[in-house]
Amino acid sequence: MNRQGKQLWLRIAAPLAVGAIFLALWQAAVRLSGEPVYILPAPSDIAQSLWVDGPSLLGSLLVTLRITLAALAAAAIIGGLIALVFSLSRLIEISFSPYAVILQVTPIVAIAPLIIIWIHIPFLALLTCAWIVAFFPIVSNTTVGLNSADRNLLALFKLYGASRGQVLWFLRVPTALPYFLAGLRISGGLALIGAVVAEFVAGTGGTETGLAYRILEAGYRLAIPRLFAALFLLSATGIAIYLVLDLISRRLLKNWHESVSGEREE
Amino acid sequence: MWMAGSSPGKVIEGMRPSLTRSAEQASERAPVLELRGVSKRFGSGLEALSRIDLAASRGEFLSLLGPSGCGKSTLLRIVAGLTPPSAGDCRLAVDRSPGRIGFVFQDPTLMPWSTVAANVLLPFRIARHRGGEVRDRALAAISAVGLAGFEDSYPHQLSGGMRMRVSIARALVTDPDLLLLDEPFAALDEITRLQLNDDLLRLWERHRTTILFVTHSVFESVYLSTRIAVMSARPGRVAADLTVDLPQPRSRATRMSPEYAAMCEHVSATLGQAMETR
Repeated sequence: MNRQGKQLWLRIAAPLAVGAIFLALWQAAVRLSGEPVYILPAPSDIAQSLWVDGPSLLGSLLVTLRITLAALAAAAIIGGLIALVFSLSRLIEISFSPYAVILQVTPIVAIAPLIIIWIHIPFLALLTCAWIVAFFPIVSNTTVGLNSADRNLLALFKLYGASRGQVLWFLRVPTALPYFLAGLRISGGLALIGAVVAEFVAGTGGTETGLAYRILEAGYRLAIPRLFAALFLLSATGIAIYLVLDLISRRLLKNWHESVSGEREE
Repeated sequence: MWMAGSSPGKVIEGMRPSLTRSAEQASERAPVLELRGVSKRFGSGLEALSRIDLAASRGEFLSLLGPSGCGKSTLLRIVAGLTPPSAGDCRLAVDRSPGRIGFVFQDPTLMPWSTVAANVLLPFRIARHRGGEVRDRALAAISAVGLAGFEDSYPHQLSGGMRMRVSIARALVTDPDLLLLDEPFAALDEITRLQLNDDLLRLWERHRTTILFVTHSVFESVYLSTRIAVMSARPGRVAADLTVDLPQPRSRATRMSPEYAAMCEHVSATLGQAMETR
């Protein structure tokens, strides 16, 4: 336990130390070279901007976050359902999965303008863009999970006369849960990226402006410290989304899955 | 559904009511299982089994002994109805309704997301049986394999031997007429294996379920069985059918007896011959 505690402490302290050294070097370099603030602001300039513009940036963050979370929820529900349909019918899977791949590999920047023209409600348009980026990992992971039920357990279910529905709910769905959650963690980050990219393309999304537009705007005005502050908020949000999804997944799997239980036994 | 056929309130302990005991003795020699000319050829063209004739009487402990690749497991799957034979006939005196046949795989094959109790309850859950009586039967089966107190544990919290016990409890919980075991102890360490051999014997002595036991261990087959079908490989055939008449009940003392040693030697020699003349 003591050794584990030390390990945990190191895992938190070491990256923080690296970050602090990096910031200190950055600060020193900017001050010594006299680089103007509109090219490369010092960390202290960014911190000041974060303090001053913080409230208005947080408002924008909320707009982006709403789109991100809605897209992620839609990706989880619709992606899960698509995977379920794929697992029920091999024919449907081989007929439709190439199109899911096409949707996935087409750069969202390229189709976002179309979507924004087609869908007039800004929120829905941005949501759709973020969803397109986020849904694929959930579909592909969950489909693999639904199809990887233990062969002997399948035989056992057959021996006891289980119906197709029982095999699905008692065996395939629980087997797929860790796969689904792994997909969800990937999609969390992707939904945020999708939302930001869509905002870049859409410009100001009606009356509300998301964080991405604030970054563009700050760039145009050479308000570089504010640009960095917005960027910082964006990264922090991405990390927070990942941590929350990771926590949910650990909670759900804590009783049985090796990816969680194995670690504890070490 | 199948519980309608068995007497109500019956628990794992004292499984057979005394009323049916005499009727059972009368049909002691009646085959529970009869295989006639069973062959299996896979899609790849591999002939796994060739014209197997084999019968098992009620209450018998029959081992299928042979090298890996002799089709023992395939034969077991055919008996369970999980794989159809390519030719021949597999007849069972027990009805094929769910729960009449218990199956234990080489791996414990447990659902890792379910507790021990939920795993053992699986056959009832599939048959849509709920309630206290079903729960009692599961608890009795868990305690019969020596796992009382572990009902709410998850498989990953148990040792390999304990997981295998859960698997056996699940196979026994429906009080089957035929128990099929596919090298259940092959992956366990020697100490656990010997312990589980003894436990399986005690369960069999108490229930007298007909057992079909697949193994590649000569010592295990002699210690456990009343009969051994020695198989040869490629294609799998029954090369010899040996009766093991070591006294019952068997215990660790049996393993020390000269009769046991002699029988092991005999079975080894037969197996050796079977492997040469293929």
